[in-house]
Amino acid sequence: MKNGNNGKPLKVVGKPFRKVDARAKCTGQTRFADDITLPRMLYAKLLRSHVPHALIKSIDVSKALALPGVVAVITGKDLPIAYGILPVSQDEHALCIDKVRFIGDPVAAIAAIDEDTAFAAMDLIAVEYQRLKTISTIEEGLHIEEPRIHEYGDSGNVHKKVSLEFGDMDEGFAAADHIREDFFFYEGNTHLPIEQHAALAHYDADEKLTLWSSTQTPHYVHRALAKVLELAPTHVRIIATPNGGGFGGKSDPFNHEVAVAKLAMITGRPVKITLTREEVFYCHRGRHPVLMSIKTGVKKDGAITAMHFRSFLDGGAYGSYGVASTFYTGALQTVTYTVPRYKFEGARLFTNKPPCGPKRGHGTPQPRFALEVQIDKIADDLGLDPAKMRRNNLAAAHSVTANYLRLGTIGLGECIDKIVAASDWQNKFKKLPYGKGIGIACSSYLCGAGLPIYWNSMPHSGVQLRLDRQGGVCVMCGSTDIGQGSDSVLAYIVAEVLGIDPFDIRVITADTDLTPVDLGSYSSRVTLMTGNAALQAAERARELLTVAVAEKLQAPIENISFAERRVFDVENPEVGVTFAEAVVLAESKFGTIGTVGSYSPPRSPGKFKGAGVGPSPAYSYSAAIAEVDVDADTGITTVERIWIGHDIGRSINPALVMGQVEGGVYMGLGEVLMEEMVYRGNRNVVHKFPSMLEYKSPTTMEMCEVKTFLIEDPDPNGPFGAKEVGQGPLLPVMPAVVNAIYDAVGVRVDEVPATPEKVLAALRAKAQGKEGRYGPQGVPATNWPEPLKVLPPAEGGDGREMPREAVHLRD
Amino acid sequence: MMRLPKFTYRVPKTIADAVQMKADCGDESMFVAGGTDLYPNMKRRQQTPQTVISVMRLAELHSISGDAEKGITIGASVLLTEVCDNPTIHHSHKVVAEAAHTISTPLLRNMGTIGGNLLLDTRCNYYDQNYEWRKGINFCLKKDGEVCWVAPGSAKCWAVQSSDLVPVMVALGAQLKFVSTQGERVVEAAELYNDDGINYLHKSPDEMLTEIYLPPMKGKRAVYKKLRRRGAFDFPVLGVAAMVEVASDGTIATARIVLGGVAPAPIEVTDAEAALVGQAFSQATIEAAAEACYIKARPLDNTDFVMGWRKQMARPFARRALVELQSAL
Ligand SMILES: Cc1cc2nc3c(=O)[nH]c(=O)nc-3n(C[C@@H](O)[C@@H](O)[C@H](O)COP(=O)(O)OP(=O)(O)OC[C@H]3O[C@@H](n4cnc5c(N)ncnc54)[C@H](O)[C@@H]3O)c2cc1C
Ligand code: SF4
Repeated sequence: MKNGNNGKPLKVVGKPFRKVDARAKCTGQTRFADDITLPRMLYAKLLRSHVPHALIKSIDVSKALALPGVVAVITGKDLPIAYGILPVSQDEHALCIDKVRFIGDPVAAIAAIDEDTAFAAMDLIAVEYQRLKTISTIEEGLHIEEPRIHEYGDSGNVHKKVSLEFGDMDEGFAAADHIREDFFFYEGNTHLPIEQHAALAHYDADEKLTLWSSTQTPHYVHRALAKVLELAPTHVRIIATPNGGGFGGKSDPFNHEVAVAKLAMITGRPVKITLTREEVFYCHRGRHPVLMSIKTGVKKDGAITAMHFRSFLDGGAYGSYGVASTFYTGALQTVTYTVPRYKFEGARLFTNKPPCGPKRGHGTPQPRFALEVQIDKIADDLGLDPAKMRRNNLAAAHSVTANYLRLGTIGLGECIDKIVAASDWQNKFKKLPYGKGIGIACSSYLCGAGLPIYWNSMPHSGVQLRLDRQGGVCVMCGSTDIGQGSDSVLAYIVAEVLGIDPFDIRVITADTDLTPVDLGSYSSRVTLMTGNAALQAAERARELLTVAVAEKLQAPIENISFAERRVFDVENPEVGVTFAEAVVLAESKFGTIGTVGSYSPPRSPGKFKGAGVGPSPAYSYSAAIAEVDVDADTGITTVERIWIGHDIGRSINPALVMGQVEGGVYMGLGEVLMEEMVYRGNRNVVHKFPSMLEYKSPTTMEMCEVKTFLIEDPDPNGPFGAKEVGQGPLLPVMPAVVNAIYDAVGVRVDEVPATPEKVLAALRAKAQGKEGRYGPQGVPATNWPEPLKVLPPAEGGDGREMPREAVHLRD
Repeated sequence: MMRLPKFTYRVPKTIADAVQMKADCGDESMFVAGGTDLYPNMKRRQQTPQTVISVMRLAELHSISGDAEKGITIGASVLLTEVCDNPTIHHSHKVVAEAAHTISTPLLRNMGTIGGNLLLDTRCNYYDQNYEWRKGINFCLKKDGEVCWVAPGSAKCWAVQSSDLVPVMVALGAQLKFVSTQGERVVEAAELYNDDGINYLHKSPDEMLTEIYLPPMKGKRAVYKKLRRRGAFDFPVLGVAAMVEVASDGTIATARIVLGGVAPAPIEVTDAEAALVGQAFSQATIEAAAEACYIKARPLDNTDFVMGWRKQMARPFARRALVELQSAL
C-alpha cells in the first residue's frame, strides 16, 4: 500500500485520542469569529429586502447617514463587481444593485458605533421597489419564462438543464424482467449550525485587508474578496475562525463578508457583523428541494439492467453551487449496485427564495432516497429480501462504472452483513407486529471532489511542516476545522510518522497568509487530501532526520525508527536519540528543517462534458437499518434504533469517526422526520419560520439508539487507507426509516420529510381501498436537451462523447 | 444579533409598590416575571413597553401553601421547575406538575413562572417573527398591521392560546387572584380567557396576578395530553385536559374536558362532558366524547403542523386522555 505504515504497528492512527482542540472548546476558550473584538470596532447590519422580487427604483440613505453614531452606509453601487462560488455562476452582488430576488436579499450595509444604532438606521433607509411577479415552485420555474430572475441560464427561469446517456437504454430496459417507474419528492432543509455566521474585517495602515470569518472555504473567500474589492490578492488575508458547525452552509463567499470588508476600507476602522438566526436562514445554501422520477429495469434476482433518473431542483434565487448540485443528483446512482446502462436528466430552476447549495451529502441524499426506496419496492415486487437483494448486486471493487467513476475498495457487503446480524433482521423483517417495522438502505459518498471549483492543475491540498531545534513540530495547512476534527487529523498523521505525541504538535490552519492552500472543508475531501499531503510532508521530514540520525548512530538507514519521541536503531532500540536531538542533528546537517507535502487526486477516466462531477479518489460506503414505531392513529413515527455500518477504509481516530456517524444519523433523523425549509407562496414567498423554535429539527429527545460498526478495508488512495465519514453515514438514514414505515404499517411515503400527516393520509387512503401511498404523482413534461451519449466502459467506451455519426449509426 | 430595545427596569419589593408603579407608568409599562415570554417578544418588537416592572422580588408571590384537603395556593412568581418538583403539588394536584413538566426545557422552566405561563401572549407564526419578517408580510392585525393573514376576512385575531397549564387550570376550576390600585379580585380560570388573539385576557393591564388557588381534588382525577413536534422546546399545538369524578357506582358524576392550543382561548367541550356524565366509562362513551372534541377543535393554519391533521388529532388525544382516566380507576 502506498500511503501506509509499511507494516509497522500504528501508535497514533486508529487510537481514540481526544481532539487537539477539545479542551479549549469544552472550557469556552475557543475564539469564534463573534468572540473577536478590536479597538475602535464598528458594528454592521445589512438592510435586507422585504419583497421577494422587484426592481430597485431608488435608495435614499441620507436619513440613516444623518443618525448620530452611523459612520458609513453603502449600497450596491459601491460594490459593482459580481461574484459567486462557481466560475459559471458569477451572479451575486454583495448588495443588490438594481434588483432584489428574494426576501432577505441585502440592499444596504450600515456601519455604526454599536448594533442598536445600526439597527435603528435600518428603518431610516428608504428603498423604492417596483414589484415583479414571483416564481416560487419548480413548476413555475419550468414554465414561467418572464420575468426572468436572472438574465443568464439555459432559458427563462431554467438555470441549467443536463442530459447524459451511458449506453443504449431501450436495449437495457428490454433485457429487464421487471420495470418500475416511481416519483419522489425531497423537501429542502437547511444546515442549522449552532454558530451564526460572523465576520470581522480590518484594513490596516499598509492597505492590507484581514478578514476573520466563520467560513469553511477561506481560499475561495480570498479569491472572491480580491475580485470584488479590486485588491491585489497579496493584500488580502482570510483567517477562517473555528466554525461552530458548518455542514456546507459556510462554503460560499457571502455578502456579509464582502460588506464588512468594504466598510472597513471606507471607514478605516475594524467592522464586525454577526448574523441573526433569521439571516442565517437567508444565507441558506442548503438542501435543494428535488422532485424526481426513477425508472429501473431489473432481472428476477434484482440485478439492474438499466436506470433512467430525472431530477428537478428548486434552486432558489442564485447559482451558488447549484450547477454542481444538479450534476450530483445524477452522479452516484451507479456506485453501490451495478448499473450497466444509465441515463440522467436534470434541471435546476431559479425561484424567489434563498439560494440552495451544498448541505452534507451535497445533491446526493435526494436521489439516494429515491433509489433506495425504489429498490425496496422492487424487492417487494420480486418477493426478495431487500437486504439480500442489495447484497447480491453490489458494484465491483476497483471497477469503472457506466458513468465513468473509478471505484476503489467497497466494504458495503460487510456493512450489510454486520447490521443484518446485529439487528436480527431475519427474525424481524415482515415479522414484527403491526405498527413496528424495520427497513434497510445503503449509500455511498465521495472522499473529495476529483476536480477543483475553478480550473487549475495545482494540488488540492498543501501542508507545510516546520521542525525546530527544540523538537517542536508545526503543521500548517489551509484546511478548516468545522468541528469535524480536521486539525486533529493533521496532528495524528504527523505524529504517527514522526513517532511523537499528537499533543506536542502545533497545528496552524486556515490562514491564507500563513498556510498553504487547501481548497476547503467540503465534499468530504479533508482527511483524504490534507491527510495525504501531511503524510508526504511528514515522510519528507522523517527522511531528513533519518539520514542525520543514521550518520550519528552509525546505523544503516533502514534501521532507523521513530517512536515514543525517540529516533533509534530498531535492532538496538536502546541506541538512539530523543526526537529533539534528532532535529538538532538534522538541522546541523541540512539547515532549517521545513518540508512540504501536497496532494492532487488521480485523473478521472471520464472525458465528456459533465464528467467533472462525481469522480473521487475513493468512495465510502454505508448501510443502515432502522427500527421504527408507527402510531397508526396519528401517523407519528418514532425511530427507536438504528444499526449502521460504515466502510471507513481505516479510522484515523475511531472516536471521531463514530462521532461523525452518529451526527450523520442525527441529521438524517431530522431530514426524514421533520425538517422543512418552506415558504408561504401566497404571502410574498416569505420563509415560513426562520427560527430555531419553529424550524423543527430534532432535539436529543428524538435521537434514537445507534449501534455503529466500522468496516476497515483500507483504500489505496487514502492516507493509511482512510476514507471519508463526514457525509456518507447521513445518506442511508432517510430511506431506511421510510422503508421501515412500510414494514410497520404497509404504506409508502415517497416524500421527505415523512411527517405524521403524510403517513396518516396514506393509511387513510389504504383503508379506503386506494393506493397506500403519499407522494408526487408524476413529474412535469419537459423539453430535455439531446443527451450527450457516452458508451459505458464495459461496452468498450473510452470516456468521450460518442462521435455524432456513431450516435446516428447506433440509432 | 437580535437585541432588546432600551427600556426602564423597575424592581418593587412590595405588592403595594408594584401596583402603584404600574398605575404611575400606565399603558407604556408591563409586568415581567421570568421574562421568557416577554423578552423574546420585545426583541422581535411585538411588545414594546418603555418600562418593565419585575414581580420577582415580591416575597408573597413565591410561596406555596395549603394541602390536599384544603386545596393549595401557588404564588404567581413560583418557578415552573418548582411546580414540577414541589411535593405538596405532586401529592395534591399531580396533573399540574405533569403538565408543567411538558413545558419547553429545563432551562426555560428554571426561569419561567407559573404566573407568566397563565398570562402568556397568544401565538401565531405570522406574529412570532422578528420585525423585518413581519414587515415582509406588511404586518398583521395583532401588531402594526391591518389584516389577519390566517383568516384575511376576519375582524378578529386568531392567535393561539399556547400555555400548557391554562387548559389544566380551567379543567380543575382554579381561581386566580389579581391586585391593582383599585383593590383585589378573584377570577375563575374559565372566566379569564377571551376568545380573541389580541385581547386574550379579561383583565385590565393594571392588574397583577398574585396567586393561583387550586381547589382540592377530592377523588377527582385529571390528565393532560399534549401534542407537539418534539419531546422538548415545543409549545402545545393541541392540549387536552380532562378531569372526571367517578361515583361509587362507577358512573361519571362530573367531567371537564378542555382543549388548549387550537383557538385564542381554552375551549371547554361541553358536548364531550355531556357524553360522559351519568354514564360509566366504556369504549362507546369515550368515543362519543372524543368525537365531540374533534368537532369542537377548529385549529387554523398558524402553528406548527398542518391544520387538518391537528384537528384530527383531537380525537385520539381525547380518547387517550379518557382511557388513561378509565384505567386509573
Ligand atoms: C422556546 C420557548 C418554548 C416555550 N415552550 C412552552 C411550552 O411548551 N408550553 C408553555 O406553556 N409555554 C412555553 N413557553 C412559554 C414560556 O415563556 C412560559 O411557559 C413561561 O411560563 C412564562 O413565564 P415567565 O415568568 O417567563 O413570563 P414573562 O415573560 O415574565 O411574562 C409573560 C406575560 O405575563 C405577564 N406577567 C407575568 N407575571 C405577571 C404578574 N404577576 N401579573 C401580571 N402580569 C404578569 C407579562 O407582562 C407577560 O405579558 C415557551 C417559551 C419559549 C421561549
Ligand atoms: S391570527 Fe391573524 S391577526 Fe392574529 S397574529 Fe395571526 S395573522 Fe396576526
